[in-house]
Amino acid sequence: MDALVIGTIIKVVLVLLVVSALAGFGTYIERKVLAFMQRRLGPAHVGPFGLLQIAADGIKLFTKEDIIPQNANKFIFSLAPVITAATAFIALSAVPLFPTFVIPESLPLIGGAIVPSIIADVNIGILFVLGMMAAGLYGPLLAGMAQANKWGILGSARTAVQFLSYEVVTGLSVLAPIMVVGSLSLIDFNNAQTGGVGSWLIWQQPIAFILFLIAGFAETNRTPFDLLEHEAEIISGYVTEYSGLRWGMFFIGEYANMFTISLIAAIVFCGGYGDLGFIPGWLALLLKVTFFFFLMLWVRASWPHIRPDQLMWLCWKVLMPLAVINIVITGIVVMI
Amino acid sequence: MFEQIAFYLFSILTIGLFLVTVLSNNILYAMTSLASGMVLISGFFFLSGADFLGVVQLIVYVGAVMALYAFGMMFFNVTKTIKENNTSNVLVFVLGVSIALLMVIMFAAPISPEVIFASVQPEPNTTNPEAVGLVLFTKYLVPFEVAAVMLLIAMIGGIILAGKKMDQSLTKTDDENITQKDIK
Repeated sequence: MDALVIGTIIKVVLVLLVVSALAGFGTYIERKVLAFMQRRLGPAHVGPFGLLQIAADGIKLFTKEDIIPQNANKFIFSLAPVITAATAFIALSAVPLFPTFVIPESLPLIGGAIVPSIIADVNIGILFVLGMMAAGLYGPLLAGMAQANKWGILGSARTAVQFLSYEVVTGLSVLAPIMVVGSLSLIDFNNAQTGGVGSWLIWQQPIAFILFLIAGFAETNRTPFDLLEHEAEIISGYVTEYSGLRWGMFFIGEYANMFTISLIAAIVFCGGYGDLGFIPGWLALLLKVTFFFFLMLWVRASWPHIRPDQLMWLCWKVLMPLAVINIVITGIVVMI
Repeated sequence: MFEQIAFYLFSILTIGLFLVTVLSNNILYAMTSLASGMVLISGFFFLSGADFLGVVQLIVYVGAVMALYAFGMMFFNVTKTIKENNTSNVLVFVLGVSIALLMVIMFAAPISPEVIFASVQPEPNTTNPEAVGLVLFTKYLVPFEVAAVMLLIAMIGGIILAGKKMDQSLTKTDDENITQKDIK
């Protein structure tokens, strides 16, 4: 077979394994960071620093009874978590992750395979990623509607509200940097910012950056905007009736989406995988992604939930006009 | 080889899903198959190298069908099947088949490959969005602008129809001040 095909398969397996594992590790980090910020200890009993808590949780999720409620629509009910997890991983397929490398010839079977940086190199990467992540919200929507539970219906109604609110802001906020760079390819975004920290798009497009982060928080269903499963109001929203592995798949999808949004923010606004002084590119990208991931936890620890009407007000009356004004100004500047 | 397999796979899936949309009595099945059919159609654009149009199809229809779900949620009990009260199955059958036949004849009439050609050749060495933009803002500028004006009119109409009580929020009003009239 073609060296590139084998390499792509290797890359697909790697991304699937690493990101699924990161989802588990992400829950651990989230609990530790939140505990630290709220002056608690967090998971501490299982293994060193509570690290084996991930394994304990994993075993619990895998072996738990899988309950499907009596009046639920069984097919859609079992399909919904798959949609969330699958779209999160499909979105990752168009994001550049680590440089291209060739596996040494000395290895048996897979020697000489070229492992590409991007799994599917479409030249409209950023739109594909955002579109696929948007399709991921069908998971919560269908889950809530299929489970014959009023909290679930409320959760999916909120999903529709949230989707229709933030989606406009996401699109409009990335439009301004797209106009500056003049391309939709994530690699071109990276190449446009190779001139050190000063050439990062965040300095040219600070408003777009902040708008994108806010919309990204809504997209990944993170805390100021986690209306879909707001425990204090609607039990667990769309996940009320889920248990075991199906429940876990929603959260694998959510953490993969957090990872993707962090990657997009790092590549589009913060220089991507270009070298940063003495820090090599791959490490710089990893550090940026880690920072954005940490930022999400930080925000969760410091901000309260907002109501659905506040989210709509924020998105349609504040963020969207700001984004449009930003685009108009960017257009004038680009034209001059 | 891969492309042919993918094409037939997408075709069978799309047709099957849209059949479910039409034939199913369950609102949840109907809308889910509609949404996934729309997503799969973008696969055809990707196969023919029109990445940009494929992604636009994806983004537009994901949002549009999501709004349809919101209506479905408001009007129906989604976990139950719906009793459709068709007055005449014959009428539905005749109308459906004749419209479908008309569409097939309209689109399949130029069946020989010489009749089908691109009326605008894409500029060489342009990326996908650039090529779309060049055609859209030169040859098809007037239809494009007319469509934009129509959408603007529709948006203003929507805001006027829906925005009667936009400044007052039921969430912020105290419970005792809400009358039955407000909830309706």
